[in-house]
Amino acid sequence: MSATNGVSKNKLHGLWALTNRELKKWYKAPVVFALTLIQPIIWLGLLGNALNLSSLISANEFALPVIDPPLNPQQLMQLGTYFSGLQNQIMQGTFGTTSYISFMAVGMIAFTALFTTMFSGMSVVWDRRLGFLNKVLSTPVSRAVIIVSKVLSATLRSMFQAAVILVIAIPFGFQVGASFTPLSILGVFAMLFLICMGLSSLFIAVNIRSTRVETPMAVMNLLNLPLTFASSAFFPIDKMPGWLQAVANVNPMSYTIDGMRQLLIFNTDYMKLAFDFAYVGIFAAILTTIGIVLSWRYLNK
Amino acid sequence: MSEDIIRAEGLTKVFDHNLVAVDNINFSVKHGEIFGFLGPNGAGKTTTINMLITVLKPTKGHAYILGYDIAKENMEVRNSIGVVPQEYTADEDLTGCENILLCADLYGIPREISQKRATELLDLVELTEFRDKRVETYSGGMRRRLELACGLINRPKLLFLDEPTLGLDVQTRAATWNYVKTLKKEFGMTLFLTTHYLEEADALCDRIAIIDHGKIIVVGTPTELKDSLGGDIINLSIQKDADITELVKRIPHVKEVTKENGSYLIKSENGEVTAPLIIEALRKQGQVVTKLSLAKPSLNEVYLQYTGKAMRDAADESGEAKFARRAMLRRAHS
Repeated sequence: MSATNGVSKNKLHGLWALTNRELKKWYKAPVVFALTLIQPIIWLGLLGNALNLSSLISANEFALPVIDPPLNPQQLMQLGTYFSGLQNQIMQGTFGTTSYISFMAVGMIAFTALFTTMFSGMSVVWDRRLGFLNKVLSTPVSRAVIIVSKVLSATLRSMFQAAVILVIAIPFGFQVGASFTPLSILGVFAMLFLICMGLSSLFIAVNIRSTRVETPMAVMNLLNLPLTFASSAFFPIDKMPGWLQAVANVNPMSYTIDGMRQLLIFNTDYMKLAFDFAYVGIFAAILTTIGIVLSWRYLNK
Repeated sequence: MSEDIIRAEGLTKVFDHNLVAVDNINFSVKHGEIFGFLGPNGAGKTTTINMLITVLKPTKGHAYILGYDIAKENMEVRNSIGVVPQEYTADEDLTGCENILLCADLYGIPREISQKRATELLDLVELTEFRDKRVETYSGGMRRRLELACGLINRPKLLFLDEPTLGLDVQTRAATWNYVKTLKKEFGMTLFLTTHYLEEADALCDRIAIIDHGKIIVVGTPTELKDSLGGDIINLSIQKDADITELVKRIPHVKEVTKENGSYLIKSENGEVTAPLIIEALRKQGQVVTKLSLAKPSLNEVYLQYTGKAMRDAADESGEAKFARRAMLRRAHS
C-alpha cells in the first residue's frame, strides 16, 4: 500500500467508466431494459393506430350522390378509381408520404430522444443527492469529463432506442422512401447525436444546481409537450395555425425530425437536408458549449 | 518533506446570504496521525473536508495537502488523497468489485493493476465472499466497508473519513474502528476524520480539534484536552452536616473543592490516590462518608468546558437556530 499509486496523466481518463456506469444502470437492469424495448411497441401500436389519419381521409365509405342522368359503368369505375387514389394523394400532399405510421415513427424517434436526454438531467440530481458527485469531484477526473459522460450516455441510449423503434416500426408498416440507402441510417444517427448532445447538455446545466428531484420533473413537464407538439413530430407544420407555425419553425426538434424524414421516408431534398443539419448542428454546438461551460463553472465554484 | 501533511491557514468558507460555514480556521495534521474534527451537526466539519478534498473552493485562506495548494494544485491533491464520504455512494446496480474498479478508473489506474488491488482491498475489508454480489444486497456495514475499500484504491497517503460510523450499529462501528486503526498501524497512513461521536474521537484520534459554528475552539490530544479540565472529579457526601472544604483542600493532588446540593465536588490531579486519603482524613475527624464516586473527565466535559454546552445538547440543539443553520448549509451546498 505504499508504492506509487499508479494514477493516469490522461486528461480523458474516467470518461468511459462514468459513461458506462450510466449505461449499466440501464442495460444491466432487465426490467428497465425490457421497458425500453416495449415502450416503442406500445407507442407505435397505440398511437400509430389511434392516430391512423389515413383511415380518416379514406373515401371508401363515401356514398356517391345520386346523379341525374346516372353515370354509366365505365364512368362509375373511373370515379371509384379517382376516390381510392384520393387518400394517397391527400396523405402524400399533407405528410409527404402515404404511410402515416412511417411519418409518426420518425417523430417518435425524436420524441424518445427528447425524453432520454431529459432524464440525463435527472441522473445528475441523484448523483448529487447520493453523494456520488462529490466523490467523483474529489478524484482526478476532469470536471468536463464528468459532464460529457452524462451527455454521452444519454446520446448513446437515444441512438440505441432509435434503432429499436426503426426495427419495430417495420412490422407496423414502416415504409422507407425512394432515396433511402443504408447510409441514410448513419445520417439519422448523426442527426440524433447532434440533438441529444445539445439537449442533454442543456438539461444537465439546468439540473446540476439542484438536489431536488422535483426540479428536473418540473422542467420535463414544462418542456416536453411544447417541444414535441410544437414540432413536426406528429403533424405537418404547414397545416398548423400561424402562431404555432412560428414556434415550430424555430423548434430544433422540427429540423431534427425533418432531417430524419428526408433521409428515411421522403424523396430526399438535399438542400433541405443540409439546412436541417446546419440548424441542428448550430443549435447543438451552442447548447453543448453553454451547458458544459455552465456545469463546469458550477463544479469549480 | 514537511512534518505536516495538512496545513490550513485562515481557511474560510462563506456561502450565499453571508452564511459563514467555516470561519478562519488554522490547524495542521502530522504525518501518520489520526486527526479528528469533533463537533455537532452543522458545525462546519463536512464543509472543511469538502474544501480540503478540493470539492469546494475556500472563500479565503489557504490549505496545503502534502505541500500542494488545494486551490492551485488540485489535481496533485486529488491524486494523493482518498475520500470516504458519509453517504453510501456505491452504485447499487453494480457489484462490490465493479464499484471498486469504477473508482480505480476514476484515478486512471490500469485495469491489470486495479484488478489486483480490488482483490486485495476486498480481502482487507472482508468482502471477498460478496465481491460479485450487487451492492443493493449489502447491509449497511458492508456498504461502509466497501466505501472504505473504494477510498483506498489509489493507495492514498492521506485518507479523509467523513462521519465514518454514522448510522452504524455498535458492533459494526467497533469493526470500522479496527479498520481505521489497521490503516494507521500497518500502512502508516494519515487519517483525517470528522465525527460527532465523542467516544469515537476518544477511541481513534491521536489529536482532536473541537469545532463549533465554523470555528475551531481547541486542538489537542484527548488526554491533553481532558487534563486541561483539571483532572478527576470526586463526588462525595458525608453523614454529618459540616464544612470540610478546608480539610479536603489540604490533601495532596486536590485542586478545587466546591459544595453543591449537599455534596462536595472535588477536582484532583489523581483521583485514585486522593480518594482513600480523603476517606482517611474524614474518618480521623469523626466523619462518615455516605457516598463517593470517582469520574475521569470525558470529552463531553471537555466540550462543555470549551463551548459552554454539552455535546449532546449541541447535537440535539434542535432549536430553530441550529435547524435553520443546517438547512441553509444544505441549500448552500446544493
